Amino acid sequence: MKKRNGYLTAGYILTGIIAVFVIVGFFWKPYDPTAMMTGPKFDPPSLQHIMGTDNFGRDIFSRVLEGAGSTILISICTVMIGAVAGTVIGALTGYFGGIVDEVLMRLNDALTAFPSVLLALVIVGVTGGGKYNVILALGIVFIPSFARVTRTAFASIRDVNYIKSVRLMGANPLRILLVHMLPNTLSVLLPAITIGFNNAVLAEASMSYLGIGIHPPDASLGYMLSEAQGMLRLAPWYALFTGGVIVAVIFGVGLIGEGLQRRGKETL
Amino acid sequence: MERELVLSVEHLSGGYQAGGFLKHGPYEEVLHDVSFEVGKGEILGLVGESGTGKSTLAKLILGMVKPESGRIVHYSERPQMIFQNPYSSLNPAYPVSWIMEEPLRIMGVKNKEERKARVLEMLKLVELPDECLEAKPHELSGGQRQRVSIAVALIQQPKFLIADEPVSALDVTIQAQILKLLKRLRRELDLSYLFISHDLNVVYQLCDRVLVMKDGKIVEQGSIEEIYNNPQHEYTKQLLSAVE
Repeated sequence: MKKRNGYLTAGYILTGIIAVFVIVGFFWKPYDPTAMMTGPKFDPPSLQHIMGTDNFGRDIFSRVLEGAGSTILISICTVMIGAVAGTVIGALTGYFGGIVDEVLMRLNDALTAFPSVLLALVIVGVTGGGKYNVILALGIVFIPSFARVTRTAFASIRDVNYIKSVRLMGANPLRILLVHMLPNTLSVLLPAITIGFNNAVLAEASMSYLGIGIHPPDASLGYMLSEAQGMLRLAPWYALFTGGVIVAVIFGVGLIGEGLQRRGKETL
Repeated sequence: MERELVLSVEHLSGGYQAGGFLKHGPYEEVLHDVSFEVGKGEILGLVGESGTGKSTLAKLILGMVKPESGRIVHYSERPQMIFQNPYSSLNPAYPVSWIMEEPLRIMGVKNKEERKARVLEMLKLVELPDECLEAKPHELSGGQRQRVSIAVALIQQPKFLIADEPVSALDVTIQAQILKLLKRLRRELDLSYLFISHDLNVVYQLCDRVLVMKDGKIVEQGSIEEIYNNPQHEYTKQLLSAVE
C-alpha cells in the first residue's frame, strides 16, 4: 500500500512554482533587469513594480527572476559536478577497496578538513571570479561529501548475495557497478543531491555576498542581497524579496530531500 | 570403476587474511587439508555446526576466496550458487523478468525473443506462474523468491550447483516443496549438487552421500545409509543424537 508522503508533495509544489517563475524568467521579464530608471527610485511595491525598485530605479522583480535563475543554474551545475565525480570516486573505492580506496579517501579527508567556502575562495583566488569559475570551484568543493556518501552505499552492498551471484555469472565490474548497484544506492544518493543543492545555493549566495562570486552585470541572489543591505532603510523590500526567494528555494528542495529520505527508509 | 566427476577438491586449505593497506593482520586458517569429490548426478551433503567452515568451503570452490594450498578442479562450466537468504539474493531494484534475463545478457544472448523464451521455460521448470515475471522481489513470498533464485542460478545451464542452506530460512512445508523441486531438477537437468546444511533431517531427505565437517576438517564421509545407520566418528554420533 502506498502511504502519502506529505513532505514530497509539498516540496514538489513549492519547487515547481519557483521553477515555473524561473523558467518563464529566462524568456520574458517585465523589465530589463539591468535597465535603469524604469520607474522612480526606491519605489515601494506597486502594480507597475510588484517588488518595487532599487536605487537606480531598476525593477526588483525582474532582477529577482534573473538572480534566481543564475543562482539555481550555478547550483545545479555545481551539484552535477560534485555528484558525478563523487559518485564515480565513491563507487570505485567502495566496490574495489584496497590501496586506491585508502589513497582517495585520505585525499578526501584532507579536502573535507578545509571549510568549504574557504576552499572555494582559494580556487576562485587562483582562477578569478565569474560564473564559470564559481561553478568549478564549488563543484570541486562538493566532490568529497558525495564521494563519502556513495562509497558507504556501494561498500554496504558489495558483498550482498545478489551482487555475489552476478559476479559468479561473469558480469564485468562496470556492469555490476552501473546496472546492479547504482539503482540500489539511489535512496541514499537522491537525498544527498537535494542537500547538496541547498548547500550550493547557500555557498553561492555567501560567495557572491562577499563579492567573490559572479560579477555585475550578472546578478545572483547572494550578490543582490549584498546590494540590498546598503539600502535596507530606503528599500527594505529589496532585501525582503531577495532573501525570501532564497529561503523558498531551500525550503522547497529541502522538503523534497526529506521526503525522499523517508521514502527510502520505508522501502528498506 | 572410474566414476565421472563434476568437482574434485584435493588437500585444500584456506582462510582469511585480516587487516588492510600496509598492515597485514594474522592469517586465520579456516579449512585444513580438505579432500573430496562430487560425482556426476550426485547430491553431496555437507553437514556440521555453524562456524566450522562450510560456507568458506563454498566460497573457495567458487573462487570468491583464494586457497592457501591444495587444488580445486572443476569438470563443469559456470558452477552456480543458491544462497541461504532468499531476501538478499535477488536485486530489489528490478522485476523478476529482468533478474532472470540478466544471466543470459551476461552470457551474450543478444536476441530478446530468445531470452524471453528461455525465461518462460525456466519459470515453468521451477513451477512459478507467469504473473511472477512482473513482480518485484519484495512482492514475492520466501518460497517464491527461492524458486526464482534457483531459476536464476540454472538459466546459464550449469551442471553443478552449490546450495548453501537453501531452505533453512523457510517454513517446513515450503522446505519440503523446495527439496522436492531440487530433486526433480537434478533428474530432469542432469545436475549435481553440493548441499550445505546444518539440518540432518533435510540432508537425509535429499542427499546421496554426506561429508561431516568439524573445525575445518572433514571427519567422516560416506553414503547416507553408512553415516546415519553406522556413524564411526564421535562427532557424527553427537550430531545424530541431537536430531533424535
